[in-house]
Amino acid sequence: MTVVFYLIAALTVAGALAAVLLKNLVHCALAVTVAFGGLALLFLSLDAQFAGFVQILVYIGAVAILIVFAILLTRGSDVPKDGVFSPTWLTGVAIAAAVFAVIGWAVINSVNAIPQQAAVPHVTVHDIGIALVGPYVLPLEIVALLLTAATVGAVIVAMHEKGGSE
Amino acid sequence: MTPLGGYLLIAVLMFAIGLAGALVRRNAILVLIGIELMLNSANLNFIAFWRYGPHPEALTGMMFAIFSIAVAAAEAAVGLGLVIAIYRHTHTTEIDKINRMKG
Repeated sequence: MTVVFYLIAALTVAGALAAVLLKNLVHCALAVTVAFGGLALLFLSLDAQFAGFVQILVYIGAVAILIVFAILLTRGSDVPKDGVFSPTWLTGVAIAAAVFAVIGWAVINSVNAIPQQAAVPHVTVHDIGIALVGPYVLPLEIVALLLTAATVGAVIVAMHEKGGSE
Repeated sequence: MTPLGGYLLIAVLMFAIGLAGALVRRNAILVLIGIELMLNSANLNFIAFWRYGPHPEALTGMMFAIFSIAVAAAEAAVGLGLVIAIYRHTHTTEIDKINRMKG
């Protein structure tokens, strides 16, 4: 537990909290980008360089841009007059707090029982590439199929309906 | 607190924040952001257990996190496409105003 870990953790959690609490949706998108970046830094601090850079490329480079596009296309940057939280917000907060309490209690009580390896694992991008086309080739192909289907599906869903009522 | 415990607690906190965001906010895009935060906290768990687990050279947790990122990207694209389609139909993205199944 170093100072760097606490700094990155505080940045990540602050970004996530701001994303959930801010009123303007554009500010929320910026805050969630900060949270994604903090998570990428956490991955890097865990010696998972490849996962960290994939996180930066996919989340900051693609998902954050997609979210901003969706906000602008739906004119979500106007702050609604009757509040941004649902009328049943107390129930939602209570459920989230209960989930946090249960999982956090389980983590605190069980983490010392897990054997932990302190040595830094030596894993290069070369190893990950060999593993992706070796033992993990079937999941890789399935993910390729899923991404193709998702791209086509997203375009079809968001496409203009011909002869619609609007 | 061991290093693994610190990372797991951060992941739990992120999951709770994402869950609260998905349950509390009225805008559909913010619900999707909450779901993305929850998926990200799961990825942090995978990477933390991979790093401190007994066999990091097997790459299991790393692979799971990479595939999870790919699936989350597909989910974000389809989800935001659905939000845009609903907005075109109802001219709102606030979930509690979308309460009719018949357009």
